[in-house]
Amino acid sequence: MMIDRSVKRPRNSANLDETRLRQQAIGVKLRQMFDEVVNEPVPDEFLDILRRADDRETGNG
Amino acid sequence: MGAAERSAGHTERDKAFQKELVALIPHLRAFARTLCGNAAAADDLAQDTVLKAWDARETFAMGTNMKAWTFMILRNQFYSEKRRSWRQTQLDQEAAERTLVAVDDPESPVVLDELRLGLAMLPAEQREALILVGAGGFAYEEAAEICDCAVGTVKSRVSRARRALQAILESGQYRRDGASASQAMATILADAERLSTVK
Repeated sequence: MMIDRSVKRPRNSANLDETRLRQQAIGVKLRQMFDEVVNEPVPDEFLDILRRADDRETGNG
Repeated sequence: MGAAERSAGHTERDKAFQKELVALIPHLRAFARTLCGNAAAADDLAQDTVLKAWDARETFAMGTNMKAWTFMILRNQFYSEKRRSWRQTQLDQEAAERTLVAVDDPESPVVLDELRLGLAMLPAEQREALILVGAGGFAYEEAAEICDCAVGTVKSRVSRARRALQAILESGQYRRDGASASQAMATILADAERLSTVK
């Protein structure tokens, strides 16, 4: 039986394009999900712990 | 640096270190959020990481990649805290639902929740590899360093994660409410399209 490549190939490459498109879209959303948190204001506690660490080290000098 | 200099305050190096560390806090919070089931636990983890990094600052070579270094500390901290489930390959549905509830922000687009649920269904090592490379902006080599594995391993984890995530989103198997399959993928495509045209 002959394999008709002229028909099969375009369909495969169309599938590849579609997959690539979907992967790109997922990538965009992944970055968006991550950046959403990156762009949140940092809670004060974070700077407080560094300040406390500072006091701990320099306060006894 | 001598004790006298230390007791008088921080050295210039300490100041430079702290400035760079503070700038990384938003990224550490974001990475922690992808590992932990809820935002409060994630912030605890990120705070522990900041403190550990500060305490270990003498061991850091200034000028090298502090982002990768702190991410490695965060990851080690996370897995040492929950060694029990570290080899767990799949989060159960209950954990996935907890993750969804934890990020249940009315402002957050529904599609992001679906993406999070899909991510929660991936094996942990695939999920973290995809997040580091696909969202955190790390090169494969850096991600390999953070995850303490070979570069080829990271590449294959990322590639398997991408395929699995796409399949999950297309099949709609994460849905609990009977919404039509592949709805999530369609929304993601439309959303990404809209974002790319805005830029």
